[in-house]
Amino acid sequence: MNTTKTEPRRTHAIDLNVLNRPEKPALDQLETCISVENLNLFYGSKQALHDVNMQMPHKKVTAYIGPSGCGKSTLLRCINRMNDLVDGVSIQGKILLDGEDIYDKNVNVAALRRRVGMVFQKPNPFPKTIYENVAYGLRIQGINDRRILDEIVENSLRGAALWDEVKNRLNDNALGLSGGQQQRLVIARAIAIEPEVILLDEPASALDPISTLKIEELIDELKEKYTIVIVTHNMQQAARVSDFTAFMYMGELIEFGETSTLFTNPAKKQTEDYITGRYG
Amino acid sequence: MIKAWFKSGSPWIWLTAGAVSINLLLVVGLLFLIAARGLGHFWPADIVEYHYQDKSGQASVIIGEEVDQSLLHEAQAIAAGHEVLNNAEYLLRLLVKTGNRDILGTDFRWIQDQYIQSRSTPDDLVVIERREWGNFYGRLLTVKQDGAVIAEGEQAWQTAQEKLATDLELFDEIEQLQDKQLGAINYNLEHLRLKQRALELKNQWNDSKRQEFAAQKLAYEQDYKVIQEKLAQLNKQIKCCSIVVAEAGGKQITIPLNRVVKMIRPNEMGLLDKSIEYIVNFGQFISEDPREANTEGGIFPAIFGTVMMVMLMAVIVTPLGVIAAVYLREYAKQGFVTRIIRIAVNNLAGVPSIVYGVFGLGFFVYILGGSIDRLFYPEAAPAPVFGTPGLMWASLTLALLTLPVVIVATEEGLSRIPKSIREGSLALGATKAETLWRTVLPMASPAIMTGLILAVARAAGEVAPLMLVGVVKLAPTLPLDGNFPYLHLDRKFMHLGFHIYDVGFQSPNVEAARPLVYATSLLLVMVIVGLNMFAIAIRNNLREKYRALEN
Repeated sequence: MNTTKTEPRRTHAIDLNVLNRPEKPALDQLETCISVENLNLFYGSKQALHDVNMQMPHKKVTAYIGPSGCGKSTLLRCINRMNDLVDGVSIQGKILLDGEDIYDKNVNVAALRRRVGMVFQKPNPFPKTIYENVAYGLRIQGINDRRILDEIVENSLRGAALWDEVKNRLNDNALGLSGGQQQRLVIARAIAIEPEVILLDEPASALDPISTLKIEELIDELKEKYTIVIVTHNMQQAARVSDFTAFMYMGELIEFGETSTLFTNPAKKQTEDYITGRYG
Repeated sequence: MIKAWFKSGSPWIWLTAGAVSINLLLVVGLLFLIAARGLGHFWPADIVEYHYQDKSGQASVIIGEEVDQSLLHEAQAIAAGHEVLNNAEYLLRLLVKTGNRDILGTDFRWIQDQYIQSRSTPDDLVVIERREWGNFYGRLLTVKQDGAVIAEGEQAWQTAQEKLATDLELFDEIEQLQDKQLGAINYNLEHLRLKQRALELKNQWNDSKRQEFAAQKLAYEQDYKVIQEKLAQLNKQIKCCSIVVAEAGGKQITIPLNRVVKMIRPNEMGLLDKSIEYIVNFGQFISEDPREANTEGGIFPAIFGTVMMVMLMAVIVTPLGVIAAVYLREYAKQGFVTRIIRIAVNNLAGVPSIVYGVFGLGFFVYILGGSIDRLFYPEAAPAPVFGTPGLMWASLTLALLTLPVVIVATEEGLSRIPKSIREGSLALGATKAETLWRTVLPMASPAIMTGLILAVARAAGEVAPLMLVGVVKLAPTLPLDGNFPYLHLDRKFMHLGFHIYDVGFQSPNVEAARPLVYATSLLLVMVIVGLNMFAIAIRNNLREKYRALEN
């Protein structure tokens, strides 16, 4: 477990002004999209998640924060069953997506992943053209009609705020794009198949500040249509983009609540210690 | 001082650079030796007329081209029974290609430099490349048509060339008729016979079928007759002319022009003419069929057979190897069993190739081929179709031989595809199979091509197993021709590697075969390099296309 030392040590790690947002409905009044119930996860014999319970609301941004190795990425990857790919993982408990348990044995994992899109830490475009990257998920579903594809590709790229930059070179290799553009391309690829939920695993950690800003603006737009869960190392970012924040530590969910409350008036001592930079 | 030098690491740099240089030198030296020995064969060398007077004082004239020299120390020479004149320290001997095997019994002769009275290169000496008996060296006297002399002296040369040109055209036409058309008719007749036999075996042979078949047979036989008449006519035409030539000793012989391939007078040719002749010779070498127990003519069927066999092998080994590697790497549960399988695969690469040949003969040819014959070709019995060595079994055997290389290279390639790419695909709702097919395998294709390149290099150079499973000294037909089904996997074929062995070690005419061995080796190397270049070009193209993430 290596903790990041890059966080500056301040009494308040975040600028509280960004939290002054109007009209904030309380968590329990919102419709729940993803519900995690008594989730325990083991890597072999090592327990990585301890009895996690949380309800993430519809069309809101939920951020997971916490030190490295606290299990926030693991929790995120449970939501689209990406952890299934890791050898020796065993999971107890339930995750309900719109009331259905995604760990039920009748669930089609590929279909689930179509409903729950994911963007990874490092941009991972396929070594194909920009167009084919966005069309990938559609072709998997058997959509090969050029007109339909053209339309969806354009809409997705517009949705990911990339269209204007790439519209003249859709047939160029996606690997020729800059890191920030690649990450937005990956987001376009994810929204092309119209998921309900988008999981973002530290989407801006490999990007420069300007690209980060663009991604954050994009997240703000995307929450109009999608439920978003984001893992971030950067507490400022969590404060800027999220409506709700979960603080995790050593595989346990310490505190979960409205972002403004969590950052200004945390209920737990551990949370306060973390956001004020007492460990990091 | 020395210690500091060792510490600086430069001895290692020297050592590694030295190893690389030695390797390079070996490769260049090898190619140079083969090229120098082999390519010289096609150069139209000057013909020398030697006036010779040997030990017994008997004078003679020798006409031929000098191909080699050797020095014998005086003591050795005397011990060997030669006399050494003028107190010379060394005895110089020349190897002269005198041709005229029909008269002299051999093509080559060692002569001693000390006995040569004089040498000259008169312009009127001719080399005649014949279809039988090797080259003729001597002088052209007259040209005859239907027994009557039509040209002599200086005109003879011109007339003979003109007549030869028409004869060669006729010869091509006859070949065409015999090989293609008569061959096709024979093939169809044989086909008909097999069909009849098949019907008989199934008890479906009745009068209506009998009439139908008889009609078809009659049609073929009529075609046959027409072609035969045409052939008879052409044969009569081609036989009309002959030339009378005199060999070195003055003896005159008559050579029918239809037995002549080429006539040149190298002594009167300039550098340009010789260069053109050289290119023509080389072109004929790679495009013509062999003659005279493979010691003359070209090696086209061997080149064709090699390329064909390698390509078939590639077509078989690629899917097999890739599928096996995909299962091993992607689906099989990693553990004891997969480890054992990997060890087995790697060890397969170390099995001597002749063992594969024996396996191919025992399993593919006799068991598999025999079963195929019993099941599908009962009408051909007792003659085997697939139950005998042939192109398919040779390709399969070599595919087995090169399978480990492809499996190892593909596994290597698969393991190098970043996890993030697979996850990216899976996160878009692709199943594992879709991810493999659409993303992972295309990205691993350069590695697969690398495996294939290694496989091709190994397969094209392999000889030992092929001798057991399908390669022959002389194949009457190519495995690919105009008769349905065009690709005849059951046929035997020729192969450059085996051709080298055959020409070099089984040939009745060692001296004549020597340059051909080098030339054929060069060709084999060129074919392998060519096949590899082709594969490398594809690989580089794929690499560019599926360049992996740089970060």
